[in-house]
Amino acid sequence: MAAFKWPITAISSILHRVTGVLLFLAVPFCLWTLERSLNSEAGFLQVKSMLSGDCAKFITWFILSSLTYHIIAGCKHLLMDVGIGESLESGVLASKLVIILGILAAVGLGVWIW
Amino acid sequence: MVKSVTSVGRSGLHDWMIQRVSAVILAAYSIYIGVFVLSTPDLHFSVWQGLFAQTEIKIFSFLAILSLCFHAWIGLWIISTDYLNILALRLVFQVVVIILCLAFLLWGAQILWGF
Repeated sequence: MAAFKWPITAISSILHRVTGVLLFLAVPFCLWTLERSLNSEAGFLQVKSMLSGDCAKFITWFILSSLTYHIIAGCKHLLMDVGIGESLESGVLASKLVIILGILAAVGLGVWIW
Repeated sequence: MVKSVTSVGRSGLHDWMIQRVSAVILAAYSIYIGVFVLSTPDLHFSVWQGLFAQTEIKIFSFLAILSLCFHAWIGLWIISTDYLNILALRLVFQVVVIILCLAFLLWGAQILWGF
């Protein structure tokens, strides 16, 4: 297994899967937050103060970064469905682009949250 | 052709189509909510509740949760067939995912129409 090389296309693909699983696990957290924030003004303020903690900020950042990566990688999939980026060279380029855009989005989200 | 009682669609092609349509709805919803929050720096309770009080947003939100259920069901089903090689374990995993999806859907409906 140690000799197995991870091509960039494999990394971008496995990240699409990992972020998908993470987002599914985040759903109850998101629904609970939505419920509290809509029920009453007190609930809304409770959610707001809860989300301003460092740990909660990190979790929010992590979830939103996963979401943006998942959407960007999904766009690559849709482009491949219409025949763009199907060759090996363009596939490698698209995978690099997806990862770079995902990192840029994560940095942007970090700046916005903190 | 692979037939499975735990898949959403009746065929791989059916699943493929549902996965694409639900993905587009989810992306559109994420972008809509993201742009709303970003363009409302001073987000108050009344603005937030007012957004979700609109019928269109309730329907859009419910469509997003419905899409999420189909999308996660298909995605996690594919992942389970790749990594869970013990039949009993895979079936339990798939059934738990399906039950969770239905629970999220009902919870979401209650949140959207219950406040």
